[in-house]
Amino acid sequence: MTLFKADDISVRFGGIRAVDSVSFEVNKGEVFSIIGPNGAGKTTIFNLISRIYNTTEGKLTFDGQDFTQTPPYKIAGMGIARTFQNIELFPNASLLQNLLIGRHCHAGTGLLAQMCFLPSARRDELRHRAKAEDVISFLGLERYRDTLIANLPYGVRKVVELGRALCTEPKLLLLDEPSSGLNVEETEGMGFWIEDIKKDLGITVIMVEHDMALVNQVSDRVMALNYGKVLAMGEPREVQSHPEVVKAYLGGETEE
Amino acid sequence: MRYVFKTDYRQDLTLSRHPGDLFWYGLLFVVTLLIPFFLGEFYVGELGGVFIFAIAGVGLMLLVGYTGLISLGHAAFLGIGAYTNSVLLAQGVPFLITLPISGLFTAFCGVAIGLPTLRMSGLYLAIATLAFGSIVGTIFQKWSSVTGGFDGFAVPTPYVFGIPIEGANGVYYTSLAVLVFCIWLTANILRTPLGRAMVAIRDSEVSAQSMGINLAWYKSMAFAISAGMTGLAGALFAHYVRYLAPDAFEVLLSVQFVTIVFVGGLGSIHGAIFGAIFVRLLPQFIAIVRDDLPFNLGRTPGLEPALFGLILVLVILFQPMGIYGLWLKTRHWFQAFPFKRASGFRRQKSYAKSERLK
Repeated sequence: MTLFKADDISVRFGGIRAVDSVSFEVNKGEVFSIIGPNGAGKTTIFNLISRIYNTTEGKLTFDGQDFTQTPPYKIAGMGIARTFQNIELFPNASLLQNLLIGRHCHAGTGLLAQMCFLPSARRDELRHRAKAEDVISFLGLERYRDTLIANLPYGVRKVVELGRALCTEPKLLLLDEPSSGLNVEETEGMGFWIEDIKKDLGITVIMVEHDMALVNQVSDRVMALNYGKVLAMGEPREVQSHPEVVKAYLGGETEE
Repeated sequence: MRYVFKTDYRQDLTLSRHPGDLFWYGLLFVVTLLIPFFLGEFYVGELGGVFIFAIAGVGLMLLVGYTGLISLGHAAFLGIGAYTNSVLLAQGVPFLITLPISGLFTAFCGVAIGLPTLRMSGLYLAIATLAFGSIVGTIFQKWSSVTGGFDGFAVPTPYVFGIPIEGANGVYYTSLAVLVFCIWLTANILRTPLGRAMVAIRDSEVSAQSMGINLAWYKSMAFAISAGMTGLAGALFAHYVRYLAPDAFEVLLSVQFVTIVFVGGLGSIHGAIFGAIFVRLLPQFIAIVRDDLPFNLGRTPGLEPALFGLILVLVILFQPMGIYGLWLKTRHWFQAFPFKRASGFRRQKSYAKSERLK
C-alpha cells in the first residue's frame, strides 16, 4: 500500500534544477533509502517534503492527501517527522524539554488554559510526559533526561533528534544522514534502532544516507540520485551495481 | 548538595522543586508584605518602582530571554498602558476594569507591532521596534486632546472597593499583587506547550516549524503577552509618577528595560527581578556618590545613560548569564565545597549549525 508519493517533483533555484522531475512511491512499513553523491539533491527532497521549500512543479501525496500547498507547521500534525543532517535540536533546553517540544503537534489545550494552568493543561502535560518517557526508555536515554542538549556529546544528540521525531508519533519518518558523525559502534546502534522503529513501531522510514553498510542493513528499497535526477531505483544490491550509479560515484566516460 | 528524589511526573509540574523552595519563597513573600511597616515612605516608594520595573522586566524576559526576539520599543508599551489606564480613569471607569483593559489593549498593540516584524530578527527587529517606540512617543506628544500633549495631565486617584490607592503604600501593594500574578502567569507559560514553543523558536526556527510550531502565531503571542505585561506595569507606573508627560517614555527607558533583562540574566524569571532591582537602585547609588567623585565627574551630564551602556556591555562580555548566573555559580560553589568545579557552568561550544535553510 502506498503511503507517500512524489509525482514528478521539481525545484529550481535560479537557473539550477536542484530536483528535476523526481517521482517515487514509498509503501507502508518499508525503509526507503535515498543515496547519491554530494549535491545530488537528497536533502532538498527532504526539505520539499517538510515544505521548507516550495515545489516548482509536481505533486506530493501522503496517505491519499495532496499536501503540496500545506504550510510547513502542519506537516508534523499530518504524521511526517524529520531529523536534520546537522542536528537542529534546541541546545539551551533539556533533553526532556526537547522531546516535549516534539509533542507540540498533539497539544490539546487552549492558550488561556495553559497560562492559568487549568486542570486540563495539567492532564495534557502528564499525557505528553508519559509519551516522552516511552521514547526515553525506547532509546535508552534515561541518564541524560535533565541534561542540557548543549552539554551532550554528538552521538547522543543524534539519538535525541531521532527521539524528538518519534515523539510526534509519526507515520512517516524522514532521517537525514542518521549516521553522519557517528563512529562504527554508534552507527550499528542506529541501524538497530531503525530496524526497531520499522518492526516494533510500524513506522515507515525514508532515509538519506552515505554509509552503504547501513543502507544495506536496513533498507527495503533504494533510490540513487545525481544532479537532481533519478539514476536507479530498486533492491539495495541491484542499485549499487547499476552502471549509472557506479559511474556517478567513481567517475567514468559518458557514452553518448 | 541537595538531591530531589522523583517518584511522580507531577513533581516536575509543581512550581516549587522541593519543600525548601516553598519555605524560602514563602518567607520572601511575607517579608515583602511586612516591609511598609518597617521602612520609611521613601524606601517603600522606591520598592514600588522596583516592582513596576520587575513586571515590565518579566514581560520583556518572555520576549527576549525565551523567544529570542529583541525589542527596543517597550517604553512605548509602558506608555500605552499608562495613558490607557489614566484616560479611562479620568472618564470615571473603575480601576479594577481599567487595569485589565490597559493590559489587554497594550497586548493588542503588541500584536500590531509583532505582525509586520515577523520575518525580522536581531538588529533589524531592534531598529523596527525602536522606530515603533518613537512613533508612539510622537503620538503621545501630538494627540493632545487625549494625552494632554507636552503639558501632560495629573493621574486620578484610583479606588478599589471604595478604598483609595494612593501614596507609596498603595502603589507598593498593588504592584506587588500584579507582579506575583505576572510571575505566576509566566511560570505557567514556561511549563506548558506555549513556553516550550517560545524556547524552540529561540533555539532553532527551522526545526520548531518541523515540530508543528506555527512561527507567526507564536511570535505574535510572545509579543502580545510581553506587551500586555508591560502595559500592566505602565498602568501602575502612571500612579507611581502621578503626573503623565510624554517625555517619560523615551528610548532611554527602553534601554533600561533591555538592561534589566541582560544584567539580570537572560532566560530566567529570577533574572528579571534581579535586573529590576539593579536598574532602579543604580540611579540612587549614583545620586549618593555623585558629590564624592573626582574631577567633577558627578557634574557631567549624561552620566547615568553612559553608565547603563557601559554596564550592559561589560555584563554581555564577562557575565553573559547576568546576576542570576552569578548567584547560581556562587550557590554551586558552596554546595560543592570543598570540591571546586570551575567547569560546572562552562558550556560546550555548539556544533556548526546549518545556515542553508535560513
